[in-house]
Amino acid sequence: MDIHALQQIVHKTRDARRKQTIQKFSSADRDQLIHKYHPDFRASAYRPIRFGPNEGDRTVVELATLLEGDSPIQNHADLTPHYTTDVLVIGGGGAGCAAALHAHGAGAKTILATKLRLGDSNSVMAQGGMQISVAPEDSPVTHFIDTLKGGHMENDHDLLKVMVEEGPSIAKWLIELGVLFDRQADGNLHVKKGGGSSKPRLLTCSDYTGLEIMRVLKDEVINQKIHLLEFAAAIELLSDEHGACTGAIFRDLDNQRHIVVAAKSVILATGGIGRLHIQGFPTSNHYGATGDGLCLSYRMGSNLAHIDTFQYHPSGAVYPEQLIGALVTEGIRSEGGHLVNAKGERFVNELDTRDVVSSSIIRECEEGRGIRTMSGRVGVWLDTPLLDAEHGPGTVEKHFPAMMMQFERFGIDISKDPVLIYPTLHYQNGGVKIDTNAETNVKNLFVAGEASGGLHGRNRLMGNSLLDLMVFGKRSGLTAAGRVGTMNQGKLTLKHLDRFRADAKKHGNASGVISPMILPAYTRKVG
Amino acid sequence: MTAENDKENVIDQPEVMTPRMVTIEIAGKKVEVPEGITVVRAMWYAGIDVVRGIGCLGGFCGACATYYRTKDDPKVRTCLACQMAVQDGMSFTMMPPFPARKATYEIQNLQDPKQDLFNLYPEAPLCRNCNACTEACPQKIDVREGVWKAVFGDFKSVSEMFMDCVMCGMCTPVCIADIAPNLVALYVSRAQGAHFSEKPVGLETRIKEIQDGRFNDDWNKVLKMNEKELADYCASVK
Repeated sequence: MDIHALQQIVHKTRDARRKQTIQKFSSADRDQLIHKYHPDFRASAYRPIRFGPNEGDRTVVELATLLEGDSPIQNHADLTPHYTTDVLVIGGGGAGCAAALHAHGAGAKTILATKLRLGDSNSVMAQGGMQISVAPEDSPVTHFIDTLKGGHMENDHDLLKVMVEEGPSIAKWLIELGVLFDRQADGNLHVKKGGGSSKPRLLTCSDYTGLEIMRVLKDEVINQKIHLLEFAAAIELLSDEHGACTGAIFRDLDNQRHIVVAAKSVILATGGIGRLHIQGFPTSNHYGATGDGLCLSYRMGSNLAHIDTFQYHPSGAVYPEQLIGALVTEGIRSEGGHLVNAKGERFVNELDTRDVVSSSIIRECEEGRGIRTMSGRVGVWLDTPLLDAEHGPGTVEKHFPAMMMQFERFGIDISKDPVLIYPTLHYQNGGVKIDTNAETNVKNLFVAGEASGGLHGRNRLMGNSLLDLMVFGKRSGLTAAGRVGTMNQGKLTLKHLDRFRADAKKHGNASGVISPMILPAYTRKVG
Repeated sequence: MTAENDKENVIDQPEVMTPRMVTIEIAGKKVEVPEGITVVRAMWYAGIDVVRGIGCLGGFCGACATYYRTKDDPKVRTCLACQMAVQDGMSFTMMPPFPARKATYEIQNLQDPKQDLFNLYPEAPLCRNCNACTEACPQKIDVREGVWKAVFGDFKSVSEMFMDCVMCGMCTPVCIADIAPNLVALYVSRAQGAHFSEKPVGLETRIKEIQDGRFNDDWNKVLKMNEKELADYCASVK
């Protein structure tokens, strides 16, 4: 049928739905729903990791294969450093920029290396906002409780306490750098309510929060003249004779040459795994989200946490084809947008946590109440015109200019027509296990941002990612810089690799896979 | 009813069922690709491994700035390659990195940001009103107007107008006065945020409350709970 004909049911049922209140699920119902429909519980997509620090732990096949993958570096490689620095930051997104700026600010000689350009990351796409408890009726403790609830009580308490308590000072830092957060009439920060949060706590820059923060941080990294290595993909870390991290080897993607960097500390801020397309899901992630940091730190002996759980953002675009997987911000639901099935019914409290909302969308679709496209995709409606009906004409355009433009390019006016959505692979809930200074169990190896694990438990709460990046980027940068004066540059060896390879051999690993992946192979595939 | 036998709720997409192949030109080379796929996907389809020129794939990072022209139209236009669908007869090339000059500054130490603009970007007031920057903007920002507003000190308007700016830099090569409007706007927006926005009082209060230990009792209560108590407490917070 014509898409407009199918959309009619959304328009017809709008007024009736506006009067409806949908209760959140009880915790038992919520668990049952997730176990039945959430992709994290699809057993066939998982297998145990064969060897290494997390031997026997289950994760998705795509990730397990890369973690067990071999290094592209041979053990006789030339390790003469091209650069020597105090702090080496790998990754140019939010966590990497925050780490580099703080390390540099604390007086450490800092290099920031990234495989694409500075700032090409998921951070730049963050639309929903940043959770910081600034409202008088809110508190860091409430932020802690909400996050814990969202993470199914499995969050690392120490990490979480640090994050929520440092939130307000991060907001101050960003404002001083010139970030333009939305304000109330009295000049205070405007806060919005996010899914799974009991209080309004989202700081926003319209629906460009990540872009605005990243524009400023990138500019600041350049202003501070931090040494940049762009189009340099980390392909192996270096260790001294005691196993501490002492640097990294990069591949210059312009000329394929190796670059060896010696560093007193290394901060991995390499982001997530969306481009592995786990379980065949489309993704909202950027081009370089291939889990490189996980592979690199795993070979060094770092423990990983919660790597069996991923976040499928409830609202990835399903139509038009060009936008498949692209994110439709949660802000739409925060402002009252309904999720509607093919029968014109709501089926979940739209502001429940992401795992619950995603599971319920999958349930609707699997039980035949979805809307299908001829390319074989299925989804439910997100009633965007409702926002104009509810808050007055022009609301969608004013509050969601980025999204308006994205769909407008393909002839769709989201203020007039609902959009078709289905969960999209969005975030890696777990990652490399870190302490409150973002250090791993490998000395002088830090991991900050999405690549790290423990903070978010089994489901990250909306708006906590941007804060995570800033807080643990900052702490890793400051801790690494703080050590500079009292330590010497360690030797550059590949001893960890010898150990890893011996382990792989013992377990008969001959997959032939080389990791990290660096970039996904999309040529000749239209998907 | 299962999803498979539902024939009713299916959106017509004839272009997906039998993709119509179209001929396009990528950097001067003719290739056949399915109509309607994005410019980025068309490059992948043609076997081009793109390293420089792809970033977020979501229309936010500005890495994929591209020049294109449609069939028989002399006008060369701009787009973000991840956000643009190909059509028959289209011709495109990605924009190479452009060597625009970015001024460096310590944003917090500026004494007179509105005057400093002329020291940092002395070319900014030399705009000759050709409007090429506005026409080049894939985000539909009125760039020329923004440059003038910056020069006249209306930093607030500039910061609002350029909130959509993805820093693709396509406004820069077209400028006959060698202004980099996106960089000027970035400076102006940061100055607006750092120097001309109200200090949020509530934020300062909250920072002080945390320093003074106002939440210590709550923390002690919560952190001393055993697993079950904590779960019950969490469940009670609505």
